[in-house]
Amino acid sequence: MRTVAGAAFDRVRPAGTRPMALLQRGLVYLGAAFAALVLVGIVGYICVMGIPELKPSLFEWEYNSNNVSLMPALVNTLLMALLALLIAVPVGVGSAIYLVEYAPRASRFVKLVRITAETLQGIPSIIYGLFGALFFVGVCKMGLSLLSGACTLAIMVLPVIMRTTEEALLAVPDAYRQGGYGLGAGRVRTVFRCVLPSAMPGILGGVILALGRCVGEVAALIFTAGSIAAIPNFVAEGPAAVLDSARTLAVHMYVLSSEGLHIGETYATAVVLLVLVLLINLATTATARRMNKGVQSD
Amino acid sequence: MTRAQAKEGLARAGFAAAAGICILAVALICVFLFANGVPAISEIGVADFLLGTKWKPGNDIYGIFPMIVGSIYATAGAVIVGVPSGFLCAVFLSRFAGKGVGRFLSNGVELLAGIPSVVYGFFALMVFVPFIRNNLPGKGMSLLAASLILGIMILPTVITVAKSALDAVPKRYYEGALALGGDHERAVFGVVVPAAASGILAGIVLGIGRAIGETMAVVMVAGNNAVIPESIFSGVRTMTANIVLEMGYAADLHRGALIGTGVVLFVFILLITLLLSAIKKRSVVA
Repeated sequence: MRTVAGAAFDRVRPAGTRPMALLQRGLVYLGAAFAALVLVGIVGYICVMGIPELKPSLFEWEYNSNNVSLMPALVNTLLMALLALLIAVPVGVGSAIYLVEYAPRASRFVKLVRITAETLQGIPSIIYGLFGALFFVGVCKMGLSLLSGACTLAIMVLPVIMRTTEEALLAVPDAYRQGGYGLGAGRVRTVFRCVLPSAMPGILGGVILALGRCVGEVAALIFTAGSIAAIPNFVAEGPAAVLDSARTLAVHMYVLSSEGLHIGETYATAVVLLVLVLLINLATTATARRMNKGVQSD
Repeated sequence: MTRAQAKEGLARAGFAAAAGICILAVALICVFLFANGVPAISEIGVADFLLGTKWKPGNDIYGIFPMIVGSIYATAGAVIVGVPSGFLCAVFLSRFAGKGVGRFLSNGVELLAGIPSVVYGFFALMVFVPFIRNNLPGKGMSLLAASLILGIMILPTVITVAKSALDAVPKRYYEGALALGGDHERAVFGVVVPAAASGILAGIVLGIGRAIGETMAVVMVAGNNAVIPESIFSGVRTMTANIVLEMGYAADLHRGALIGTGVVLFVFILLITLLLSAIKKRSVVA
């Protein structure tokens, strides 16, 4: 709990006048200025160079080498992220429920799950890409496809979803669970009716974080989803279209940049990616705010 | 067994199975990586593979020593660029910033964390590389360019982790230092920072992990010459770049050597993960 005196102390901060104190303060401000400069520099530069390049032809449905349209890649990004989350969210949320609501805290299984989740979180995306190419593309015979890419991404974001869900579940007061049991509900019903709803904003935050990683990923996708710049034809092929190769927006940008023929279009693609990231960030902030509100009203 | 009990048991089994998928995933990744990489490494010869200084897939010569050195150099450069400024920025956000500035910069750091690595790479390719080419020796695509952009990319990691470690230091530490007659700077640097040291260290190690595993941004600006760099202005190829550059067309032993590169990278990452959990275990505050 925060006392009034403590809150007042926060604002005292008696600034030192020693030379060392001045030096330290100067360095701290310099560090902050550097971070701000990097932020403004990168975002500003991309916007200044990219926004004038945003042309209607970039948003045509069909890609060809004349219009260099990013629309198919944009749609593919959403499809890819959706598919990856469809796989990762049930697994991630389910395992978090097991860890928090079911498992005995000190069991060997739980320890192993935690260690492996931590390991997964540290693995670089190129390793996921290699694994996806060997396993999903090769052994599972799914080829360079939307599905291979989505499975690879799903493993990559699994620990993110698991961890945030776990934190959200742990933040739910035990009174909710006792309330559920007290009304005669079983464990499953208590989890789904009492615990999960109040943990929802936290879980959503994790899902959005995972979405962000899916949108920006390249290294894990080049060798699993390939780089065909067309939307898989779900109308003609039905669900089997998930086995078509699909280039996401980040991969599209990498391909454009390494070809080096369409610099303007590459800037424009970067702007669209930045806008996506910004939207995702705003959504995260909004859910975080909702979550804080929920906690305070308890 | 009643229906309700069956339902409970089924749900429990389902959740446990979901939790098991993490273990399965790590096991599969290890098995596939090692099963495909290790035979190739032993065919090439462990010493020739790890310490060989020539990478010539056309002649079946696969030495990844230049790439290992390249990864270490690029990561060291990233640490030099990103860690001091990241640490100082975390101190600013945690203990110096006013409310408005703090919120703006925190949101900004979150945005930096979300920017995809291709965008970073492209920015470096368009800004750093021409600058180096025009004003400094070398062709522009260089260890320096890679280090600069990697340093920028690990900033958000270092800042976020260090800041939460600093925030977690109990208020009485700071107040105690003030009560003993210290000023704000002495209280922060003399008491709060040392108390958060292991958390800050965890942020740095996490940043190192990010830098060594980063692929796309490095490929775009590092020049990718498979030789040990002579200076910070020469081109360099990291382990990640080696994989991504050649995996698309490699076959047979060449492919195996690339997966072997992945194995070496994986071992590096595992060591970093171990180091990280050792630091976390020791930490008192965070």
